[in-house]
Amino acid sequence: MSSIVRQRHSLMFRPRSYMAFAVTPQPPIADWLSELDVSLERSEKFFAGQHVALDLSAVNLSPTTIGQLVANLEERNIRILGIEGIDPAKWQVGLPSVLRGGRGARTSDSSGSPTAAAAVQAAPRPAPQKQQPGSLMIEDPVRSGQSVVFIEGDVTILGSVGSGAEIVAGGSIHVYGTLRGRALAGATGNARARIFCHRVEAELLAIDSHYKTADDIEDTLRCRPAQAWLEGGTLQISAMN
Amino acid sequence: MAQVLVVTSGKGGVGKTTSTAALGAALAHDGAKVVVIDFDVGLRNLDLVLGAERRVVFDLINVINGVAKLSQALIRDKRLETLHLLPASQTRDKDALTEEGVAKVIDELRANFDWIICDSPAGIERGATMAMRYADAAIIVTNPEVSSVRDSDRIIGLLDSKTLKAERGERVEKHLLITRFHASRAARGEMLSINDVLEILSTPLLGIIPESQEVLRASNVGSPVTLNSPLSAPARAYFEAARRLKGEIIPVQVPGESKSIFTKLFGRKAA
Repeated sequence: MSSIVRQRHSLMFRPRSYMAFAVTPQPPIADWLSELDVSLERSEKFFAGQHVALDLSAVNLSPTTIGQLVANLEERNIRILGIEGIDPAKWQVGLPSVLRGGRGARTSDSSGSPTAAAAVQAAPRPAPQKQQPGSLMIEDPVRSGQSVVFIEGDVTILGSVGSGAEIVAGGSIHVYGTLRGRALAGATGNARARIFCHRVEAELLAIDSHYKTADDIEDTLRCRPAQAWLEGGTLQISAMN
Repeated sequence: MAQVLVVTSGKGGVGKTTSTAALGAALAHDGAKVVVIDFDVGLRNLDLVLGAERRVVFDLINVINGVAKLSQALIRDKRLETLHLLPASQTRDKDALTEEGVAKVIDELRANFDWIICDSPAGIERGATMAMRYADAAIIVTNPEVSSVRDSDRIIGLLDSKTLKAERGERVEKHLLITRFHASRAARGEMLSINDVLEILSTPLLGIIPESQEVLRASNVGSPVTLNSPLSAPARAYFEAARRLKGEIIPVQVPGESKSIFTKLFGRKAA
C-alpha cells in the first residue's frame, strides 16, 4: 500500500521556460510577408528548428485571418509555437495556444544570420508592457472553482481560500484566512518559495512540484497557523505559534 | 425601484424552489407586487409548488421567442393577487434561454413589479447563469452540510464574475439562507453548525429555516408554506427573512439555541 502512495508522489509536473523568437507582423500583412520572404532568401535556415511565437499586438486580425497567417508562415517552414498579444476571446480551436507573460531577452547565442534577425527585430516593437509588480494581493475570499495564477511572484490573500479553489504562484503564498483549497508555490521551479496560512485545512500543498495532499498533512497541524517549505526535496509543514 | 433577486445554490434539492415560493408569498402578503420566474427550463417545478400547474398556457420561452406577450404568460396567484408566476417551458431545454431574451423579459417586469425573483435551476450551466445574469441581489440557499456549502461557495464566485453587475465592476448583494436546519442533529455534530457555514462562506445571513414536515406538506398541496401554515416555525422564519430583505434589521435566532446572531456582525465580512 505504501509503495503505491510513494509512486503517486513521484508524478511531478515541472514547469520550464524556453527561449523563443517572437515575430511581430505589421499591417498590411501581405507587405510584411514579402519583406519576410526577402529576409528568408538571404538565410533560409534562420528559423529552422527554432521556437517561434507570433506576436499579434501590432495588428487586429480575426481568428480566421490568424489561422491563414499561421498557415502562410508554416509554408515558409516557420512553425508557430504560440500566439501572444491577442484577446483570449479571439482564440479558436485549431490555432496555436495563447502565450502570456513573455519578456524580452538578450540572446548571446546568435547562430542565425544577423540580417534576418535585424529584419525580424526591425519591426517597431509595441509600447513596452507595464512593469509587473512582484506580488499580487487579493482582498476577497477565493471561492471554490476559482483559480488564481500568478507566475511572476508572491500571492497574498486576505480572505480564505475555499475548498476546490486553487492558488498557483511563482513565489510564496500567504493566506490570512483559512486555506481549504490547493496552494502551489514556487510553480516555476523556485524551491525557496513557502506557503504561509492563518489556518491550514488545505486539500493540497505544493512547492516546486513536491506536494502533500490533505491525507499526508498531520492531524495535529490541522486548523492551526502553519507554514510549508522544502527541505532536502521533501515538503515540510510546521505550526506557527 | 424594482429589485431583481436570484435564488440559487449550485446543488440540487436544497430548497431553492420552496424558498422562492415562500419568500415570494411573504413579500406579496404585505401588498408588494411580486413575480417569481422559473428558470428551470425542461424541469419546471415552481408551478406545482404554487399550485398553478393547471393554469399554464404560455411560458418564459414563448415570451423570449415572441410567441406570446409577457402579460399572456404571467399567472396571477388565486390566493394573493399581488403574486405572479412566469412559468418555465417543460418541453424545451436551457439552450432556449438567450441573453437578449432574458434581458428583455426582466426589463419589462422591472417596470411593473417591486420584486422579481428568479428561481435558478441547480448546476452552474446556462440555466443557472441566465437566472443570475441580471440580478441586483442573490439569495444563496445552503443546507448545513459540506457538499452544499462548497457548491454555494462556487456559486458565490460565479455571482462575482458572471453577472452583469460584476462585469460592470459592481457587486451583487448576497444573502445566505440556511434551510433544512435540524437543531438536535447540529447539536450532536451530525450537521455543520451555523457558525461553521458562516465562517466558510463569509456571507451575511438572511435566515435559518428549520427542517419541518410543514414544508413538505405545503409543497404537496401546492401552496407556499408561508400561506399554507403561516404560524409554523419555517413560515415564521421565511416571514422574518422577507423583512430582512426589505432592509429591517432583526437578529437571527438559531433554532434550539437561546442566543441570537446579529446579521450585522457578519455583515462586515460580506463578500
